[in-house]
Amino acid sequence: MKTTVSNWSNYPVKDTTLTHWRGESIPADRKNWIARGLGRCYGDAALSDQILSTVKHNHILEFNPESGVICCQSGVSLHNLLEVFVPKGWFLPVTPGTKFITVGGALASDIHGKNHHIAGCFGDHVSSCTLLLADGKRIRCSPTENSEVFNATRGGMGLTGMIDTVTFQLKKIESSYIKQRQIKAQNLNEVLALFDKYKSYTYSMAWIDCLKGGKNFGRSIMMMGEHATLDELTSKQQQTPLISKVGHDINMPINLPGFVLNSLSVKAFNWLYFHKNVKKVIENTVHYDPFFYPLDSILHWNRMYGKKGFVQYQFVLPISNSKEGLVKIMDRIRQKGWGSFLSVLKLFGKQESLISFPMEGYTLALDFPLKKGLFNFLDELDELVLDLGGRIYLTKDARMKADTFMNSYPGSREFLQILKQINPDLTVQSDLAKRLSILPS
Amino acid sequence: MNQRVLLIGATSDVAKACAYIYAEKQYNLVLAGRKPDELQILANDIKIRHNVACDYLKIDLMDSNTHAEAINSLPTIPDITLCFAGYLGDHALAINNWAEAERIIQTNYTGVVSLINLVANHYEKQKKGTIAILSSVAGERGRQSNYLYGSAKAGLTAYLSGLRNRLASQGVHVISVIPGFIDTRMTEGLKLPKPLTASPHQVAQAVFKAVKKKKNIVYVLWMWRYIMLIIKAIPEPLFKKLKL
Repeated sequence: MKTTVSNWSNYPVKDTTLTHWRGESIPADRKNWIARGLGRCYGDAALSDQILSTVKHNHILEFNPESGVICCQSGVSLHNLLEVFVPKGWFLPVTPGTKFITVGGALASDIHGKNHHIAGCFGDHVSSCTLLLADGKRIRCSPTENSEVFNATRGGMGLTGMIDTVTFQLKKIESSYIKQRQIKAQNLNEVLALFDKYKSYTYSMAWIDCLKGGKNFGRSIMMMGEHATLDELTSKQQQTPLISKVGHDINMPINLPGFVLNSLSVKAFNWLYFHKNVKKVIENTVHYDPFFYPLDSILHWNRMYGKKGFVQYQFVLPISNSKEGLVKIMDRIRQKGWGSFLSVLKLFGKQESLISFPMEGYTLALDFPLKKGLFNFLDELDELVLDLGGRIYLTKDARMKADTFMNSYPGSREFLQILKQINPDLTVQSDLAKRLSILPS
Repeated sequence: MNQRVLLIGATSDVAKACAYIYAEKQYNLVLAGRKPDELQILANDIKIRHNVACDYLKIDLMDSNTHAEAINSLPTIPDITLCFAGYLGDHALAINNWAEAERIIQTNYTGVVSLINLVANHYEKQKKGTIAILSSVAGERGRQSNYLYGSAKAGLTAYLSGLRNRLASQGVHVISVIPGFIDTRMTEGLKLPKPLTASPHQVAQAVFKAVKKKKNIVYVLWMWRYIMLIIKAIPEPLFKKLKL
């Protein structure tokens, strides 16, 4: 059906044909199609002339209650898996900051979570997947079977074909609660020291205020967590130790008008956020939902940025350059005064993969509401990131230049070679792939 | 022992939505349809999600000769029988092509009657049971755009009314569910007016509620009852000139 589609940042908007895919073969005459799950990638990764939505391809096929290995169709959402498996005592091996993504999307983006330094990416927990190739062939691939295709599929932004089913390992939990520790850091040095000190925590990340200068440059709230064991729960929590849902969601019913967001309101928000914790250190046990998905409870929080939308800018820097780079880039953003509500800082562990995003070092994610001059400014930041040996997260990107991609992802050429073999007629194609010259347009 | 529900046409979007409502409430299910592969996937999914018993049964509405055997193969006939089978078909094609016309009639009417007769006789014997079947507003007045489908649904509506009349005194309850437009695989690509279009989940909930509350005739969206009242009230000399 002809329709207009945009992904999470409401930019860009695409006139396209969207149909549901339920596992059937793809007609040979289809040109330029890409799979799309729940559309939580930010930019143009799930946009193409034809979009095949997987949201109705959403069945759980097998589950082994002994080992925690699950096989499901690619359109199952993480939200759904949590609802089903948390009460059975299992959790996702890796989860991003939203649960409203599909398993297929998780593999195609090779998502990372707050536990990347311990657990790696989602793809590290996938034992195999089935894939519908551009030529209509359905193949199974895994780290040992069709391993080239498998490596290109994880993090491959859906360009290797249609991810049909995914088999992966869930993680055993005793409770659905997280023992959390929050520490306020007065500046960047302090928060980096905290990351180093608390490396052994399974989950860690920091909210960072990118607009503050002077001695409070980079003030943050560092958050760490571990799955709570039964005996760590309060007696009230022990009554429902494996509950999958707490509280209600709030809906952002309309796009906020653009003037609501300005550097003053962002500064005020960051001030409030930083000072909401009166004590320097807070320790408590909270449900996993607010710990992992604080923004999911505000459904459609993307509307906060108004009709024009926003872009999210997430980059990673190699560990050796991280501190110097963060100072440079954050300084540049502060001078410009265009920071986002809340920025997220996280330390990645080592990662070997073809074009997955993470590498060992610090990653920073920021939102920028769309405005005149923004893309030029982000191009400037790209140059800084590139000089420092870093790269930009494809899943969140909407505007990077092709050269930047080729030069910052060492695996990009090998990835292109694999695509040439399995997608020679360029049938599987997204606007992101065209923009980044992953495939000729 | 948990109550059991038989869902016919189980791979349709509405049937699926209904299956999940019943499974969530811990009913055991039997899924019937003509695509065993899809049924098996659905059954596994329901079992994993809701820890209920969920079997599946191959039934082809186009092949009435096999119905008795299929129904008899069940260890017991479930307490509630729901039928969601339907085939909109290609009306323009069906006018000139009997195979298509027959498929429309058989899937929406003859096949359903053949199958439900078996269930109804069984329920009559045991003096209990509930049957709920999806008919259509298209069955309330024939229109040039889909009167083959409409006529089959009209037959179905009349059948259900008669069946209800016959079995009411026998402790068996029969429900006619009349949805208007539904946003499903069957209507994918059609331009449907949003306020008049129900989601599969809405229809499924209406079915669940109707069974619970022992309703007789259920319009899923209330507007449709009045829309159809008006459409039925248009005098024939005028109606035949309308392009509907």
